Amino acid sequence: MDGSSCYDALILSRSRKPEFSGSVEEETARVQGNNPVCGDRVTLSLRATAGTIDAVRHQTRGCAICMASADLMAEAVTGRSVTDALELGCRFTDMLETPSSQNMVADEDVLPVGLQAFRPLRTHRSRLRCATLPWTALGEALTQ
Amino acid sequence: MNIADIRAQFPILSEKVHGKPLVFLDSAASAQKPDAVIDAMSQMMRSQYANIHRGLHWMSERATEDYEASRNRVASFLGGAREEIVFTRNSTEAINLVAYSYGSLLKPGQAVLISEMEHHANLVPWQMLRDRVGIELRVAPITDDGDLDLDAYGRLLSDGKVALVAITHMSNVLGTITPAERLVTMAHDAGAKILLDGSQAVVHRKVDVQKLGVDFYTFTGHKLYGPTGIGVLWARRELLEAMPPFMGGGDMISSVTFEKSTWAPIPAKFEAGTPAIVEAVGLGTAIDWVESIGYEAIGAHEAALTEHALRVLPEVPGFSVIGKPKERGGVISFTMDDVHPHDIATLLDRNGIAVRAGHHCAEPLMHRLGLTATARASFGIYTTEEEIDTLAETLKRIRQLFV
Repeated sequence: MDGSSCYDALILSRSRKPEFSGSVEEETARVQGNNPVCGDRVTLSLRATAGTIDAVRHQTRGCAICMASADLMAEAVTGRSVTDALELGCRFTDMLETPSSQNMVADEDVLPVGLQAFRPLRTHRSRLRCATLPWTALGEALTQ
Repeated sequence: MNIADIRAQFPILSEKVHGKPLVFLDSAASAQKPDAVIDAMSQMMRSQYANIHRGLHWMSERATEDYEASRNRVASFLGGAREEIVFTRNSTEAINLVAYSYGSLLKPGQAVLISEMEHHANLVPWQMLRDRVGIELRVAPITDDGDLDLDAYGRLLSDGKVALVAITHMSNVLGTITPAERLVTMAHDAGAKILLDGSQAVVHRKVDVQKLGVDFYTFTGHKLYGPTGIGVLWARRELLEAMPPFMGGGDMISSVTFEKSTWAPIPAKFEAGTPAIVEAVGLGTAIDWVESIGYEAIGAHEAALTEHALRVLPEVPGFSVIGKPKERGGVISFTMDDVHPHDIATLLDRNGIAVRAGHHCAEPLMHRLGLTATARASFGIYTTEEEIDTLAETLKRIRQLFV
């Protein structure tokens, strides 16, 4: 159906069955991200030691985009350095917010496939925040 | 009432969205505008515009006449006197005006009573008043069906401490039409004044403030097929006369020295600064247009649409209508199992269908209902049964995508 490109099969399956939900043991940071406009809420629990993210889990109450974004973010940043993860968040946001496709080639080099699944959302301005909310929360967790 | 003729008067309805014909089911958020309103406003700006009340020149006198003619129009529309009509920006500003001005006359120990189904516009101003003046804020519960719990309402009034009741005349989420005359009688019997937020109700039914017996009534122009930026507070003359000004500035004074100012008579006392002149004229035209169709025809059309919607939409797998009020206007909030309301709204949009999704500026009501968000389809004069069928069919396809 029209508009279903925003709902890649990966996004749909992760929204139905998230693989990174819950809380981590020995967590070093916990942050809640809220979108007051729609009531979406993401709670991130993570463990970072020596500048590396060992594990991330999330508890998400929200739409399919938000749920899948939190889950695919958790997968993408696990094992990365804090600096790398923050950089990835910038690239992800950039991919969604840059109107032209000029970054497409660069995105393909840098962004894991799971994150590229959100690319069609760029034409849906009112929904960008659903995808970026988990990343905003991650940024807060990593810089606090 | 010929729907094709009516639709032809709304230029936006022939627009396409994402290559599909626009199916606009978000009139409760803001209604579309007929040619009559668009033309009246552009005509004024093209040929007869100046600031009002101040100018000694021809243009200003004509613009003042048009602006004040709109006030007369609103007065006869609501059944009040022209001095009792205060133009505001919207219903929110009208309620804030009452909360600041009438609210400043209240004392600790007195209470304001609202309900669980209020829009934030009829909730937050009273919380702010509570924190400023030290009054108590009481909340009348609703039943699980989405009606006001009249027994509880009576109990909350019974100690005589409630100075003001402020309740919606029609819920923007549940579509519930509240039993206004009963609420007014009960409030008055308990010694309270009563304000009705008519933002939704005035679109769907004839409102007569004298018949209702209410003390304050508010509505906004943009939901009534008029422009944004213009709303109305009607209040009884003696209340407006006793109330201090809400904002100070030009046009609301009688005389000004550096030591002291005195206030203009009502309603000018409450209209500081250059008002929304063109918008007021647009609102007057919108009221003329609505009344030329007639509330009887509008009511019958919306009742038929709502009945049709309540028949076809529940056939969508996983579909739930939120609330089952005794009397409902053309507003239906719903959820669909396995699909979040925002995903519903996005996919409907991509198929040309505009609905609202979220908490509808009524977060406490969402908590009461145990929900974080719903999708909402709301109907206007121009809505057709075919559009509701398109909504139902598209919802079925959306569900298939997710399940």
